[in-house]
Amino acid sequence: MASEMLRIATAGSVDDGKSTLIGRLLYETKSIFEDQLESIERTSEKRGDEQTDLALLTDGLRAEREQGITIDVAHRYFATPKRKFVIADTPGHIQYTRNMVTGASNANLALLLVDARKGVLEQTRRHALLSSLLRVPHLVLCVNKMDLVDYDQGIYDEIREEFTQFAARLEITDLGFVPISALEGDNVVTRSPNMPWFEGQPLLGHLEDVHIASDRNLVDNRFPVQYVIRPQSAEQRDYRGFAGTVVGGIFKPGDEVMALPSRRRSRIAGIDTPTGSVAQAFPPMAVTLLLEDEIDVSRGDMLCRPSNQPTANQTFEAMLCWFDETSSLRTDIPYQLKHTTKWVAAEVEALRYQLDVDTLHRDLEAGTLEVNDIGRVAIHTSSPLFFDTYRLNRTTGSFILVDPATNLTVAAGMIIGAAGEPAGETAAAVAEAPVATNITFHPSKLTREERWGALGTRGATIWLTGLSGSGKSTIATAVEHTLISAPVPQPAFVLDGDNLRHGLNANLGFSDSDRAENVRRVGEVARILAEAGTVSLVSLVSPFRADRDRVRAIHEEAGIPFYEVFVDTPLEECERRDPKGLYAKARAGEITDLTGVGSPYEAPSAPDLVTDPDLEIAVRQVIGLLE
Amino acid sequence: MRAAGVELSDLATLEAESIHILREVAAEFEHPVMLFSGGKDSVLMLHLARKAFAPAPVPFPIMHVDTGHNFPEVIEFRDRVVAEHGLRLEVASVQERIDSGRIQVGHELESRNRHQTVALLEGIQQNGFDAVFGGGRRDEEKARAKERVFSFRDRFGQWDPKNQRPELWNLYNGRHKKGEHIRVFPISDWTELDVWRYLAQEEVDLPSIYFAHEREVVEHEGLVMAVNEFFPLPDGAEARIEMVRYRTVGDATSTGAVRSTATDYHSVIEETAVARVTERGATRGDDRFSEAAMEDRKKEGYF
Ligand SMILES: Nc1nc2c(ncn2[C@@H]2O[C@H](COP(=O)(O)OP(=O)(O)OP(=O)(O)O)[C@@H](O)[C@H]2O)c(=O)[nH]1
Ligand SMILES: [Mg+2]
Repeated sequence: MASEMLRIATAGSVDDGKSTLIGRLLYETKSIFEDQLESIERTSEKRGDEQTDLALLTDGLRAEREQGITIDVAHRYFATPKRKFVIADTPGHIQYTRNMVTGASNANLALLLVDARKGVLEQTRRHALLSSLLRVPHLVLCVNKMDLVDYDQGIYDEIREEFTQFAARLEITDLGFVPISALEGDNVVTRSPNMPWFEGQPLLGHLEDVHIASDRNLVDNRFPVQYVIRPQSAEQRDYRGFAGTVVGGIFKPGDEVMALPSRRRSRIAGIDTPTGSVAQAFPPMAVTLLLEDEIDVSRGDMLCRPSNQPTANQTFEAMLCWFDETSSLRTDIPYQLKHTTKWVAAEVEALRYQLDVDTLHRDLEAGTLEVNDIGRVAIHTSSPLFFDTYRLNRTTGSFILVDPATNLTVAAGMIIGAAGEPAGETAAAVAEAPVATNITFHPSKLTREERWGALGTRGATIWLTGLSGSGKSTIATAVEHTLISAPVPQPAFVLDGDNLRHGLNANLGFSDSDRAENVRRVGEVARILAEAGTVSLVSLVSPFRADRDRVRAIHEEAGIPFYEVFVDTPLEECERRDPKGLYAKARAGEITDLTGVGSPYEAPSAPDLVTDPDLEIAVRQVIGLLE
Repeated sequence: MRAAGVELSDLATLEAESIHILREVAAEFEHPVMLFSGGKDSVLMLHLARKAFAPAPVPFPIMHVDTGHNFPEVIEFRDRVVAEHGLRLEVASVQERIDSGRIQVGHELESRNRHQTVALLEGIQQNGFDAVFGGGRRDEEKARAKERVFSFRDRFGQWDPKNQRPELWNLYNGRHKKGEHIRVFPISDWTELDVWRYLAQEEVDLPSIYFAHEREVVEHEGLVMAVNEFFPLPDGAEARIEMVRYRTVGDATSTGAVRSTATDYHSVIEETAVARVTERGATRGDDRFSEAAMEDRKKEGYF
């Protein structure tokens, strides 16, 4: 009986028939109990309805029944032999948009209803936009009340066409259409004889078949630590487990992990779950990770792979939906922000623009966001968050804002990226971006100044040389990260000697001539990238002075800044760290010609910089070269 | 991207979501408490809590709102569970409050459903609990279907269904001022059938009255009532011995049984899968006052 769960949210304007449709689905799948049916029959009779109002199945509050509208989300459950369904029936009324968003935030699929007589309304567009911003992966537009328009294909086609055009400006990955009558049951569970012209599946068939295999991110390992389990009992004294929910990637025992913000590393010693130890943990499992080393980790920290970390930053850009009726967005007071398992103080530094939900126009002059408004903001937090873009991960990319005066959840946000990053908004917003019309490029004659000026960037090559294990790659990666996540991002790219030996330099060994060729190739690639506007961060042992000097020469010839940086970590220290086990192998005689052991290293005679042993200082030193 | 062996079953997914909620509360609140009636939903909730914090003990006490009208099997079960797992039990007693005159009753056997709210709210206040886990499920009842997982209660313990906090993703907002509290429903998304399937899979112990047994019963206002000190045989009625079991556990004065031959998990699940009446409709006198009986009681601070 174990089966996949599909989470559905309804959407659409008030009275378009959402609750009726859910009632119909429940009724026809025999998911309504006799006493529930009797109860709504009685209510309908008392109210003088012509027929039993199936919307009463979800409109359970007194106020909803009195007014005949939905005010808050109702959750209903049903199953067919193929699947289990959790339905969130949401309100269409604009006043309750926050409740619609509540229902849609976890949905796999949104059912967007349109009244065939009224067509696409502002609220239809608002809900389509919200579904797209929330990245609900599937959307089905149900053209409802077809019984009231004589099941006219022309009307259906028109609405379908109009909505398709609007949707093209949003990011909707999967869009389907069904003409239905929720009241009469046409095309809900069975194919309607009233609309023989419709060739698609009835709604339920579509819901049963839609492929939801992976809305999850199984690539980027992310584990926000929720709770530290430390039994005080004698027999469990040494147990220290990090409990939480896996929100990205696949964790396995033996994996190297890094804890943020401490950046300390360890390995996974074991994974405990409610049902014993397991060999892997993936979203949305709730597990307890045991680490090999006693490193300092607590709630709000993030475990990830050292080679694949989320962005750590105190400022970022986000799309924000404002919910609170009693206040509007202010840039002069701190809010409380919850992101994964962490609360921080946060200020909204700037409102970039407000998005008109109807036209998708961006109002750059907007001064604030009021209830139900959507806009792009820049946020600054009291301590760094470890986030991904919402596009990459719905959990590490989302947050809520709480007003500390009232404790109300006043807004929800979806992270676009670190400050200044242009990517990640809805296609709509991108489509609206001003197109530069006054610059004509002559492709063959484009100068470096024109290129760099237009892109707002400056290329350069930073050449980090030093022994194996001296920390070149760590510095290079940290610099890359800092440059890219800066308020005005600077394109940067790490060219790592080891990595390049897997591809570009796969045919080279460690003889002196091969080493020279290795350095030449990397030097050329660095120059080309820099020419294109990127800061090339080369991390290469490059032991010979002459090879490095040649690289400097080709840069000088091209007029591109070149900085030689000496990561001067003493051999003993490199050997003590021995991250790749190379020194051990060399001492054991398993490899010969390791730089520093069996092969010489020629230190630079006039480096542009000798780095400080402290990583943070080193990063600042390197960035200082560029300024 | 689809990797091998990375699908979770529906029950495993529900379990993970519930455990996430339990841990979130333990981490963010100072004095959480878990309501425990001995009914299957609270048994499930407690079982999940034990798993969420293992091998450490459950880091909060449990509280029983004791009406004094309990099935004796349920009290016996409660005490056994408490002893077995070394739990801390608070009892908020309705009877004590009747005896001390804080609660007025017309007669000894009238429904104590509404009085539970008084005992519950006093129990919360006196102990300074700031988060109260309840085993409510959204599939039980139409007002429950509307409630958030983190449900804010004001100083008077009241729920305002028209003004609930938005609740997106699994970012729960439990912030509140002193004197206010949050009701937390970690098994909101479980259905009756899910509960049975999971308890069976985990071989969790339940009070014996959940399985079919012989009992002296009488049919009364559409309910199958056990005849005992709490429900004396009405005048002129005739009691019979029948095979019955309970689908919910409430007060012995108002909870009906269902005729059943299901003596083990497997057969209970079979019966549940084809049941045509909701569990509360089949067994609860207290939900029948009016159309919005549950909503009204919840607004006053009921579970
Ligand atoms: N003729 C006809 N009437 C319908 C159909 N679907 C819904 N209705 C009627 O439209 C009215 C509104 O239906 P609801 O289901 O309450 O609408 P809703 O979208 O849930 O409204 P909100 O939740 O308040 O936004 C009711 O009177 C329904 O009976 C349909 O297919 N045909
Ligand atoms: Mg509705």
